[in-house]
Amino acid sequence: MDLTQLLFIFVLAAFLGYELIKKVPSQLHTPLMSGSNAISGITVVGALLAVNIEANTFTLVLGILALILATVNVVGGYLVTDRMLAMFKTKGDRK
Amino acid sequence: MSTSIINLVYIIASILFVLGIKMLGSAKTARKGNAISSIGMLLAIVVTLLAKGLDYQWIVLGLVIGGLIGGIAAKTVKMTGMPEMVALFNGFGGLASLLVGWGEYEKVRAGLTAGTENLEIFTGTVIVLAVLIGGITFTGSVQAWGKLSGKLGSRAVMIPAQRIINGSIVIGIVALSIAFVAGDGFGLGAEIQFQIFLGIVVLSLMLGVLGVLPIGGGDMPVVIALLNSFSGLAAAAAGFVILNNVLIVAGCLVGCSGLILTIIMCKAMNRSLSNVLFSGFGSSTQKVGTEVEGEMKAASVEDAYYVLEAATSVVIIPGYGMAVAQAQHVVKELGNLLEENGAEVKYAIHPVAGRMPGHMNVLLAEADVPYEQLVEMDSVNPVMPTVDVAIVIGANDVVNPAASEDEASPIYGMPIINAHHAKTVYALKRGQGAGFSGLVNQLYFLEKTRMLYGDAKATVSSLVGQFKGD
Repeated sequence: MDLTQLLFIFVLAAFLGYELIKKVPSQLHTPLMSGSNAISGITVVGALLAVNIEANTFTLVLGILALILATVNVVGGYLVTDRMLAMFKTKGDRK
Repeated sequence: MSTSIINLVYIIASILFVLGIKMLGSAKTARKGNAISSIGMLLAIVVTLLAKGLDYQWIVLGLVIGGLIGGIAAKTVKMTGMPEMVALFNGFGGLASLLVGWGEYEKVRAGLTAGTENLEIFTGTVIVLAVLIGGITFTGSVQAWGKLSGKLGSRAVMIPAQRIINGSIVIGIVALSIAFVAGDGFGLGAEIQFQIFLGIVVLSLMLGVLGVLPIGGGDMPVVIALLNSFSGLAAAAAGFVILNNVLIVAGCLVGCSGLILTIIMCKAMNRSLSNVLFSGFGSSTQKVGTEVEGEMKAASVEDAYYVLEAATSVVIIPGYGMAVAQAQHVVKELGNLLEENGAEVKYAIHPVAGRMPGHMNVLLAEADVPYEQLVEMDSVNPVMPTVDVAIVIGANDVVNPAASEDEASPIYGMPIINAHHAKTVYALKRGQGAGFSGLVNQLYFLEKTRMLYGDAKATVSSLVGQFKGD
């Protein structure tokens, strides 16, 4: 894949992101932040690819560290967001 | 499995991320949106595992360790500790992206040392970006985490010649980056290039620490939102390094969402981003605005009870003090008792109340306050003059009338909740000290304002006791 193609994707994603998020109500700012934070853990894909059988020891260590950190980010981020959102209730939900 | 199928699944994952983020924008669909985006993540991980040549033993180990840490942290963190947790997760994501960039460089480095390969300008540039943004995100987030959890002291810290030091670091990073990327052209050997790379790593990490140092606790909503944006951009940069679409798309979406939140937070304080980042707001060298005359009048819980008992409309304005005192549950109990007593109760939330965007909403949601009762600043201010009692719980600058009246005040122009327009104001406060900005709050000196000193939780509990007692 060449540079222009990747930049093309990046720019389109930027506009899409802007349009998606600009009207989010302030009550949801925290879940939006922690939920999108979990998405930024997508770097886990890069970490997985780095844990390669052909890698030398040092590169392998870098990869495993990256994998652990990114997994904490992904798992923790999604679970904590879910925990928060489970608490958001309307009047009708009250028991 | 062929590359095209893997890429197809990445596209599906990206679509799920987009849908998920979109659904996070509305309270009704938010939880489902988060689940959808997590399915996207799962798909991306599973399909990546099918790539050739992965070392599965280590991968399983890494996934298990990371999953356990993340899972336990997410399940055990208190809602009041949420800002720290989000900051820390941001930092982990940033460091992971840095390491992915570094790992990719290591692969190239073997070839560079052997002289069989050149570092392409594109590859070199994106590696530097991943390391730079990831490094700043990591140490900046750890610093923010320390400030939020009180481990490092939350005030803005100004060190001498801060701007000069930071400026030099930035220049150093730019210079080293150019040398690194164009190293081949300069005839630098692979070994020197590696030294330069290490220099960039160290400087990036330093920049994160020094960048967040001069930012005080009350400006943390902006910082967390910005670091959130950076963690996404770091992932996108790592995506450019390993030429992977799903990293670029997902990272860019997060980068955008964080940036928009940052802008919203800055607007809510009527300050520019550079003012938040560089001015050392809240450190001791600040102007303090016009002197206030008069005195703060303390009241007893009994007095407050009699006024509240007669009130037909009450607005509760929570701030960081409510989070510190963990008072959200008793506050909600008080709200319920007031409602049973026939009063209309609303909770007015300022966009930057607390230490992260939406902090108060999360705490009140934890206490089971239905979100219809939470009102934003712009919708509550017009009706404020008709409100009988405004109860300010641990909020300070966001209700300081100096922001709209005193042109000499450093927070002049910041939109506030007009608590001073209510007929009576009760302000719960630990002591007589000033707020985060170090400013005296003119609200406390008004004729209609009464102070209830003490721990917010204890004060509200005894109010609740008064209501129940009769």
